[in-house]
Amino acid sequence: MEKITTHTGIGVPLRQSNVDTDQIIPAVYLKRITRTGFEDALFAGWRKDSSFILNQEPFSSGSVLVAGPDFGTGSSREHAVWALKDYGFKAVLSSRFADIFRGNSGKQGLVAAEVAQGDIELIWKEIENHPGTEITVNLESRTVTCGSIIAPFEIDDYTRWRLMEGLDDIGLTLQHEEAITEFELQRPAFKPTTLPAKYS
Amino acid sequence: MAAHQAAQTLAEKVWNAHVVRKGEGAGAARQPDLIYIDLHLVHEVTSPQAFEGLRLAGRKLRRPDLTIATEDHNTPTLEIDKPIADLTSRTQIETLRKNCAEFGVRLHSLGDKEQGIVHVVGPQLGLTQPGMTVVCGDSHTSTHGAFGALAFGIGTSEVEHVMATQSLSLKPFKTMAINVEGTLKPGVTAKDIILAVIAKIGTGGGQGFVLEYRGSAIRALSMDARMTICNMSIEAGARAGMIAPDAITYEYINGRPHAPQGADWDAAVAEWDTLSTDEGAHFDAEVFLNADELEPFVTWGTNPGQGVSLSAKVPAPEDFEDENARAACERALSYMGLEAGTPMKEIRVDTVFLGSCTNSRMEDLRAAAAIIQGREKDPDIRMIVVPGSARVRLEAEAAGLDKIFTDFGAEWRFAGCSMCLGMNPDQLAEGERCASTSNRNFEGRQGKGGRTHLVSPVVAAATAIRGTLSSPSDLVAVSADTNAA
Repeated sequence: MEKITTHTGIGVPLRQSNVDTDQIIPAVYLKRITRTGFEDALFAGWRKDSSFILNQEPFSSGSVLVAGPDFGTGSSREHAVWALKDYGFKAVLSSRFADIFRGNSGKQGLVAAEVAQGDIELIWKEIENHPGTEITVNLESRTVTCGSIIAPFEIDDYTRWRLMEGLDDIGLTLQHEEAITEFELQRPAFKPTTLPAKYS
Repeated sequence: MAAHQAAQTLAEKVWNAHVVRKGEGAGAARQPDLIYIDLHLVHEVTSPQAFEGLRLAGRKLRRPDLTIATEDHNTPTLEIDKPIADLTSRTQIETLRKNCAEFGVRLHSLGDKEQGIVHVVGPQLGLTQPGMTVVCGDSHTSTHGAFGALAFGIGTSEVEHVMATQSLSLKPFKTMAINVEGTLKPGVTAKDIILAVIAKIGTGGGQGFVLEYRGSAIRALSMDARMTICNMSIEAGARAGMIAPDAITYEYINGRPHAPQGADWDAAVAEWDTLSTDEGAHFDAEVFLNADELEPFVTWGTNPGQGVSLSAKVPAPEDFEDENARAACERALSYMGLEAGTPMKEIRVDTVFLGSCTNSRMEDLRAAAAIIQGREKDPDIRMIVVPGSARVRLEAEAAGLDKIFTDFGAEWRFAGCSMCLGMNPDQLAEGERCASTSNRNFEGRQGKGGRTHLVSPVVAAATAIRGTLSSPSDLVAVSADTNAA
């Protein structure tokens, strides 16, 4: 994973709450077996509407999405994060993220920054009144800057550290492989195994 | 969840029994715990990139014997003996078959007797048991919490992580008790309980929490019904929902193919008996619901929290104080083609879908069949019945349910996720309105432009008869003679 400390890019206002992962990427796009190439699938349903924010300049080249509360609810599909990243987004700001979406973002280097709803409203006004205004997301200071607005954001320490160091989760865990093996030796014998397969 | 508390909740007990390595530090700076995973369920949609990741890194799948795969999301429910027509879908299915063969994973393919929706298959084989940690690249993994397992959905990166390490790095959850006391009225079901819970706490209310459903109304439920409740924990924002195991749980598991046997059974039950939440254990939040007052519940909007009693009316944006909720209502009414103030029971639907990991088990099919038997379908309604697994389909056929459905004019399909998410050909057309026993009423979820009302199986059945959203109590009684015929 690429290291990220700060990112600056055009802010895109998405004035909507409960943006679920079916909206971020509809299920028909989940048939692909690759991890990249989902840029066309991002908000595919909404992008058919010419008034949708990503169909407007300069927002179409935005990289910081500013959304309403409860972003990324619903399906666990990591494709939602891949689609946002493939389109060019590096960060999403919302006052509340769904747990699985937040986790998936952290694994893929997309910054999910939890910003208070009051600050989101200020940022919305700023980037709507001055389209093309850039937003800086700074992981080190945990702040977002947009025009004269400087707002703090929350992100858990572990995810922040991994993003800033660009660390691979599996590699980190495998450093503790002995502990896993030890744990396995102590598992109760009655716990089920899928193999050999048994049938009724 | 603090370890070593004197009194612990069910979720804390299961968590603490699976800590491979405790995270260092304290407070916000605390690292995640490394948690062991007892069972990993795999399907075709969220796994290909994870298998590919293992291959690229030259890693093995650590425990094929704790992993099981099935084909469900993308599979057709008609003509399953023919090659899948959609090439991209076929490639995805073939990729799963190739991956499972290469990494030694047990797979139940389309046409196999144990194929079906991953969350129906696990419990049915007896692989889901109390006190386990269960994960799957699917948010409805919360279903397995009905057994007192800690079960939750994960993304593809985590799927790969579990494949490689049989563990996950996780921050401890908070705990929330959902207390449901009392007795459900006839025609009110587990689905109505969970829809009412979601409407009460909201789609974000459970974020960061494991929910534990408790109280006399929960204890009275069968395993099929408990699975319906835990299934939709994610719709309340919670990654997992749990119910403490009891005699009903044990009876369900006993004798299933992978249930413990002999001395193992005794050891397992002794362990399972210790799992319920201790007297005086602390929950971070509590919610109370009176089962006596519940009515059949239905959604009117485009998120599962936008629901009301079936006897209520479509709300108006002005009914909401919160600005975001008001805007969401306005948008939902426009998408759903509804006018505020319309009685829910006057809403006419085009399609009735009985299926999904929420409501596709034997009890669901039986309940719907009991309503439609001896009655006539509204001629303009299309009804599709999709059993949760090939085995449920076989059992239903042995019980004669398929005949009740087809005599009624419903389509009797093969098992899979089907119209719940509209990945396979089973989709709503633009503007089509559906009473659906599934779990999500998002815009376009069941097909682009499709409009979804979430309902219980008995409301789905009554709706198929009357053509408008209906409760079983709205139906004219069928004479005993007709019903027997």
